[in-house]
Amino acid sequence: MSKLMPVLSAHWDEKDSFTFAGYKRNGGYKALEKALAMEPDAVIQSVKDSGLRGRGGAGFPTGMKWSFIPQGDNKEHYFVVNADESEPGTCKDTPLLMANPHVLIEGIIIGSYAIRANYAFIYIRGEVAHVIRRMQQAIEDAYKAGLLGKNILGTGFDLELVLHVGAGAYICGEETALLDSLEGFRGQPRLRPPFPAIAGLYARPTIVNNVETVASVPSIIEHGPEWFAAIGTEKSKGYTLYSLSGHVNNAGQFEAPLGITLREILELAGGIRDGHKLKFWTPGGSSTPLFTDAHLDTPLDYEGVSNAGSMLGTKALQIFDETTCIVRAVLRWTEFYKHESCGKCTPCREGTWWLVQILKDLEHGKGTPEDLDKLLDLCDNIMGRSFCALADGAASPIISSIQYFKDEYLQHLTTGGCPFDDEASTKFVTSNVGGVK
Amino acid sequence: MSTQEVSSDVTLELITLTIDGFEITVPKGTLVIRAAEKLGIQIPRFCDHPLLDPVGACRQCLVDIEINGRKFPKPQASCTIPVETGMVVNTQLTSSVADKAQKGIMEFLLVNHPLDCPVCDKGGECPLQNQAMSNGNGESRFDGYKRTFEKPINISAQVLLDRERCILCARCTRFSEEIAGDPFITLNERGALQQVGIYEEKPFDSYFSGNTVQICPVGALTGASYRFRARPFDLVSTPSACEHCASGCDMRTDVRRGKTLRRLAGDDAQVNEEWNCDKGRWAFKYATASDRIKTPMVRGSDGQLHEASWPEALATAAAGLSVSRAAVLVGGRATVEDAYGYSKFARVVLNTNDIDFRARVHTDEERDFLGSAIVGVQVNYSAIDRADHLVLIGFEPEDESPIVFLRAFKQVRKRRLKVTTIAPFTSRGSNKLNAEVVKSVAGNEAQLIAKISGLTSKSVILVGERLCESSGALSATLALSQSSGAKLAWIPRRAGERGALEVGAIGTLLPGGRPVNNASARVDMQSAWGVKSLPENIGRTTSEIIEGLHNGDIDSLLVGGVDPLDISSDAIAGLEKAFVVSLEMRHSAITEIANVVLPIAAVVEKSGSFLDWEGRARAFESAVDVPDLRSDVRILSIIADQMGKPINLPTVAAAAKEFLALGNWDGARAPFTPTSATLISGDTILASWRLLLDAGSLQDGETNLANTAHPSVAVISTDRAEKLGIKTGDSVRVFNERGAITLPCEIKDIENNSVWIPRNSHTSKTIATLGVASGASVSVVKA
Amino acid sequence: MPFTNEDATVIESIISRYPRKRSAIMPLLHFAQARDGYVTNESIETIAQKLDLETAEVNAVASFYTQYKRQPVGEYHVGVCINTLCAVMGGDAIYEGLKEHLGIENNCATKDGKVSLERIECNAACDYAPVVMANWEFYDNQTVQSAKDLVDSMRNGNPLAPTRGPNKLPTWRENSAVLAGISDGRFSEGVSAGEPSLLGLKLSKEGK
Repeated sequence: MSKLMPVLSAHWDEKDSFTFAGYKRNGGYKALEKALAMEPDAVIQSVKDSGLRGRGGAGFPTGMKWSFIPQGDNKEHYFVVNADESEPGTCKDTPLLMANPHVLIEGIIIGSYAIRANYAFIYIRGEVAHVIRRMQQAIEDAYKAGLLGKNILGTGFDLELVLHVGAGAYICGEETALLDSLEGFRGQPRLRPPFPAIAGLYARPTIVNNVETVASVPSIIEHGPEWFAAIGTEKSKGYTLYSLSGHVNNAGQFEAPLGITLREILELAGGIRDGHKLKFWTPGGSSTPLFTDAHLDTPLDYEGVSNAGSMLGTKALQIFDETTCIVRAVLRWTEFYKHESCGKCTPCREGTWWLVQILKDLEHGKGTPEDLDKLLDLCDNIMGRSFCALADGAASPIISSIQYFKDEYLQHLTTGGCPFDDEASTKFVTSNVGGVK
Repeated sequence: MSTQEVSSDVTLELITLTIDGFEITVPKGTLVIRAAEKLGIQIPRFCDHPLLDPVGACRQCLVDIEINGRKFPKPQASCTIPVETGMVVNTQLTSSVADKAQKGIMEFLLVNHPLDCPVCDKGGECPLQNQAMSNGNGESRFDGYKRTFEKPINISAQVLLDRERCILCARCTRFSEEIAGDPFITLNERGALQQVGIYEEKPFDSYFSGNTVQICPVGALTGASYRFRARPFDLVSTPSACEHCASGCDMRTDVRRGKTLRRLAGDDAQVNEEWNCDKGRWAFKYATASDRIKTPMVRGSDGQLHEASWPEALATAAAGLSVSRAAVLVGGRATVEDAYGYSKFARVVLNTNDIDFRARVHTDEERDFLGSAIVGVQVNYSAIDRADHLVLIGFEPEDESPIVFLRAFKQVRKRRLKVTTIAPFTSRGSNKLNAEVVKSVAGNEAQLIAKISGLTSKSVILVGERLCESSGALSATLALSQSSGAKLAWIPRRAGERGALEVGAIGTLLPGGRPVNNASARVDMQSAWGVKSLPENIGRTTSEIIEGLHNGDIDSLLVGGVDPLDISSDAIAGLEKAFVVSLEMRHSAITEIANVVLPIAAVVEKSGSFLDWEGRARAFESAVDVPDLRSDVRILSIIADQMGKPINLPTVAAAAKEFLALGNWDGARAPFTPTSATLISGDTILASWRLLLDAGSLQDGETNLANTAHPSVAVISTDRAEKLGIKTGDSVRVFNERGAITLPCEIKDIENNSVWIPRNSHTSKTIATLGVASGASVSVVKA
Repeated sequence: MPFTNEDATVIESIISRYPRKRSAIMPLLHFAQARDGYVTNESIETIAQKLDLETAEVNAVASFYTQYKRQPVGEYHVGVCINTLCAVMGGDAIYEGLKEHLGIENNCATKDGKVSLERIECNAACDYAPVVMANWEFYDNQTVQSAKDLVDSMRNGNPLAPTRGPNKLPTWRENSAVLAGISDGRFSEGVSAGEPSLLGLKLSKEGK
């Protein structure tokens, strides 16, 4: 039996998969009809029963989140989709929305109905013009089909859906920064509490869910929570999109039940690129502590990855072979966090500024072995001290890389520079070089 | 859980927690950092400010917290966490985790902070410097390159920004948005490049900008006038009060070797909280202006003023006042003690009730309104805090009493206080207060006031002093207050007016609100002053006094701090005929014609007190000692002695003590006879008020401040603009038979038959140029 | 360039999308770039006025987000992903190659105004690494040479088509309008998904 399980991606190979007609042809919007015939609370219960957890990184149980929205409070509720996919390595929501935007819309309508929201937003990052085109068109088509707007399918339920296009800020993937950005402010995280479920957009009860999470809801309604709960592992239910990239023979999207291992995915993908071997990888984007070949059999579910010392995150499996310099890789990620730090809090703003300088020196063979202790101590002063999790993410690759590759850092100091040949790690390398100069 | 009753209508839930092993009980909602303060435990902090919303940005105040045995997995910012029952807090004093976290943050803050403390104005009073010493590692491990910026940049004519010193606590930007409602400075860019800045085309011309300099925890924001002038440890600080308006700000005056170098907002939770306006902060150079009078002067037979000795000048003054029918003009800036001196001098020495503190446009209706409804009555800032509806009439708080504006804005922001204003157009201040604007044409306020409904005993009506210019308006306001039970307060512009009213520096009242025409009130004062009789007729008003000087009914005048052009354009003509004794700080139109000029001390050079609009005493001590410059009351006391009718007020303290001992009149007030409204009509009716920053003489000498003044414009309606064929920014000429004022126009929601111009700006002086202040017909043409 | 009545209509329609008008600031800034190519002072002032904000507040928002430019960019704005994975897979070499080939620095445009260059962070196409974006359209699996060919085609006025996107590369201003939510009707052009996106599906269909 196949280890894979295409659900969201099942029809991406059809030419018109992104159109309303294409979606309908494959059974789209049937779950919506079913959901609208249910009591909103029953929809929430179904999502609870399915065991669906957030696919954006934190893995919070979706149904429970929905149930936090106070009901009967005479306030507007908002349903917001986080489509600001920006975590390095993460590339699942973007192809999903390019090929199948309607599944998200269907999920949004169901979710909004469940939490009694009459206004929903998709906050999509601004650097993906063609995805924005298709999402925008899908919304227009859904309006035309009477699936959005007033009195949806004659049920009396109203929903406005607005596509809100970001403008280049990783931090807006943090849900409260996203809300500030959506309100027209600089995208800096807010104090919590209050949590968005109590005071989110415009200080009203608000759900913020990842694209993939919301897109999974129609399948749960259509097939039933039991169906979904039967997939995956004990506490990590359902299927999900794994994104494999880097030094592999075949990179791409793999939709599979939670709990699959990297070894299994690599087998499907034809393995590490020929002649090379796995050195390190991220299980869920650059903010999740690095893994090595020792973790090939770690079940890629929330608990499995966590127990092995990292996080499932966005299931962004970035694979690096032995030609890759760990210092260069970590420096580049650190530069990313420095570039994307919103500037609000001290440890993130100043800490990333400092870390980059130390790592740059190390890459060039400057510094002392004690600098590694300093790096770790600075990370200790950043982790859990900053306003939001961005800076924790910045510390993760540094801490885990020193844990696994301390000798390679030190090697830079003894050789007085980087011992690696950058060209050897490129995709278009011509000579079959071994990697080390 | 226990409760504590703090007042009849508020009960506070109390919460007990443990901080560093000590139990403490505080009201629910208290932040951990403040609960710790109550125990004397100082948690280091930068972004935290008790009057700003918690933000948790700098992360300096991290502490370990557990609640009912459950420990937070990571240290928490104590400036954002409210106390909870059973909470156990361990600060840097008892938790190594908190201590390391704080030291780590401090080290990060210093990564990009320059080591320029030796040349930084903040050095010596710098929270970063101090806390780096108390809660930092002492040595930094950072040996890389620091962020640098071009320095400094002028974000206004008055405020400079050294961005590399900024630690991005956002106190300044939060103040500007949350407290002043002027988000002209913002955090721009992001990450390590994040920086405070303005939009390039619009400087930080907020009336409250100086507060950001004061609350900046580093030397990033500095005031142009103080930059590089002094070291904090060379300064001697004296608590003082602000002389610029009736808001009543508590202040601090910092002096080095006899020279005032800066003034700061003092801390008074009841009044100005910790804020003040830029005029109060930066306008103090008038006291050291080159035209300051330091020696007495007597007009000689050659018609010129000559410097004279004190004995000669005092003798000349005494002689001149002794032989004539004299009156007294006090001016609106006298301290309570000085005004009391004038009041007593008029009655005891000159045997007259011809005294008036109103050196401005005034009416009999106003005088009677003050004697009937204002004198002796206290309405406090806290009434605004609790109000269900705030009504502003003839009063533009941001320009005319800035702290009243801040207090109202706070309530609008925090609980959407309903504000209604009767005003000629929607000003920026009204916009910020989200006020319902009942549009008036100057002079027709009375009929609009009568239409206000829905007020309760929790409502507050604030009237400005200029409302008296609209006939019947004060009468209508009093009626509205009486019928609704709403609290009513009168907000004069000048700092001395309320005190002068209370001490009886007006023709209808003796000190403490005692009516001059009430026999038992006079008996009170006769016994207090040890005199056999006091004049019982109603005294002349300022304009009647000037008229009396004109027509020879009065031959001499004792005048303290009055600009005749504040009263009317021809006031000076009357004064020229009389024997004038002028108590003045600086050369003025009055000293030009005075027979005797006696120099007096400026506020920073003397002690005394003001009564703010609430009626609250604002006492201050002398911050600068200048020999030979005395408070008015001391000089008056000597003249009285020379005239053989002593008033026995040899010191400010004596005057204060004597006035306080009198107490307030508890007998009947003079009945108020309402004035009926006269309908104003015309094609173009003038409206005006004074902008906060304008040509006022107390702002002289501070050009940086003057350059932050709001532009002087003529406000006209869209309809008028269309008829004139002009757009915003084009010049218009506002004129009558007396003169013309030319200003750029601004098109606003003003009535078609109304035009508004500033009353006393450098390019727009209504009384001097047009001979009128408001409510008069003028013409407007394209210039 | 003054704002026209047509501009005002667009602005009103953008504002009307939102329950509270301040939310319209980001699409309005995208619209400003569609109008002028970058965010001009005139746009800042107009947006402030339309949204009842201070100009400083609009400027603060505009300067936070990297896609808003306060200086003109090229007709074709080329972003080379230099985040770790793309950099390692060749992004660094591509960026250096383009920099040399175009003779410009990061965040600068060629003198003819055709091409500008920017080092960009992860653009959510890692399975297509190394990735180059042009006016925020995808150019997948690039090499140094293919990227040079791409910018040459732009300078010749006939840019190569995106890998996954419309049949013809829109200009910077045209795509800024798309980001402002103004449809160009080209949603149906291009593939549903690229090969890597379909890999798992294909394998599954093969029973693997």
